Amino acid sequence: MTVPAKIRLIGVEKSFGAKTVLDGVSLEVAAGSSTVIIGGSGSGKSVMLKCMLGLLTPDNGSILIDGEDVVGMRPRDSERVMKKFGMLFQGGALFDSLPVWENVAFGLIEGRGMSRAAARGKAEDTLAQVGLGRDVASLSPAELSGGMQKRVALARAIASEPEIIFFDEPTTGLDPIMADVINDLIIKCVRDLGATAVSITHDMHSARKISDRVAMLYHGKLIWIGPTGEIDHSGNDYVDQFINGRADGPIKMELKG
Amino acid sequence: MRSSAGSGPAWRAAICRRLPDAVLDLITNPLAGIGRVFLGFLAAVGRLMLFTGTALTHVMRPPIYFRLILRQMLEIGYFSLPVVGLTAIFTGMVLALQSHTGFSRFAESAVALVVVISMTRELGPVLAGLMVAGRIGAAMAAEIGTMRVTEQIDALTTLSTNPYKYLVAPRLLSGILMLPCLVLVADIIGVFGGFLVSTYVLGYNPAAYIHNSWDTLKTMDVVSGLVKAAVFGLIITLMGCYHGYNSRGGAQGVGQATTNAVVSASILILTGDYILTALFFSK
Repeated sequence: MTVPAKIRLIGVEKSFGAKTVLDGVSLEVAAGSSTVIIGGSGSGKSVMLKCMLGLLTPDNGSILIDGEDVVGMRPRDSERVMKKFGMLFQGGALFDSLPVWENVAFGLIEGRGMSRAAARGKAEDTLAQVGLGRDVASLSPAELSGGMQKRVALARAIASEPEIIFFDEPTTGLDPIMADVINDLIIKCVRDLGATAVSITHDMHSARKISDRVAMLYHGKLIWIGPTGEIDHSGNDYVDQFINGRADGPIKMELKG
Repeated sequence: MRSSAGSGPAWRAAICRRLPDAVLDLITNPLAGIGRVFLGFLAAVGRLMLFTGTALTHVMRPPIYFRLILRQMLEIGYFSLPVVGLTAIFTGMVLALQSHTGFSRFAESAVALVVVISMTRELGPVLAGLMVAGRIGAAMAAEIGTMRVTEQIDALTTLSTNPYKYLVAPRLLSGILMLPCLVLVADIIGVFGGFLVSTYVLGYNPAAYIHNSWDTLKTMDVVSGLVKAAVFGLIITLMGCYHGYNSRGGAQGVGQATTNAVVSASILILTGDYILTALFFSK
């Protein structure tokens, strides 16, 4: 490959008790690219993302970030790697005890040791990037609508200018118009920062829009990886069923766990 | 186990359906059941010890969040004053009434002695501890538990902030520092409550009552109570943080964590009180 891999997963396995969630996942994400992992509920997408983030430790396999294996890394080193990451959580995960601007500035103040005044200025600039004005900055997260909370969470994820940004179901729970606004913001922010993006979603409209590569996770394995443009001609029945949203096909919904 | 319940009369199957697996286990195979409960208990103790160790090392090491510590100290110390004060004054008053009926036939000084010793050694720290466990332990478990289930704790980690340092350490430190202050206030208010009832209701001589109290009170009585208070402060905040931090599964999980935090803190306070009393006063 001409572009070195920013993130590389090699044979990652993770089980909870007797339940195998990830069963040998291997994936390469090139620097500056945007990869979307699709898959049904319970296919292991969130676990895969949390393993990459270092919130969960895989049972087997390795995860390389810029060539460094982060599995079993010492806490000090993993804190250094963590500084490269930004993360947009599914529910926003805003700190409800802090006003909006402190949420956005959190990584700058606590992680980078920036002064509160400077961090506030930077936070307001970042809020402006996601289309929120100064009047929002001193509100509490509970006073915002779902779409605005998502935007604040996006601002928080990009405020410290991370090299890699993870998006967990960025459009879930939003109306179609707000979902598209978020999609556009994601594309714009990732491009402006020159960051590498990894998203998980089951919203195909969003997946097509924000990605240049798609990987499909099914039963703990990546069954298809390819450029977004080729997803309609994947030749894979599982992928076809998923992207067209059909109830019958090779994927059977497990109604009983 | 459950599968073996299929054979046999219908009433047996009906009973087996209604009993939880753990209970069923104890009936069908008592030894294995007891063993499993015991192993589960040991695993829980181990997890708690690990949590405590990690949290305490973060209390010592920088960065220290003074702003958060101050907020927690206000919450635990200052805002608990009314509840602890009310508990203390009524406890002191009741002590005076009860010991008057019990001990006044021996000597008039007995009432002052009973009130001041019981308040400082036992009732001040234990009752303040239990009240704060209900107030603060529950609130901590609910707050941290909600942060856990809404992924706010994961968010802290991704923002280069250690959740032990940011959430747990300030609470533990504030608990250890503020409970002795609360108990000191409770001691004073409790003894004053006893004084009020003794002099106004029971008609003792105020000067003699104060003199008797002062004479019997030793430094060790108060100090042992304050040491107990510091330990209880650690227990309350630790239980609140531990159960909140490990809560799972939405609103129900947070509710469960809150209950567990208060119940386990209360039981540990009473157990710890016995152990500490034995250590201080056994000789």
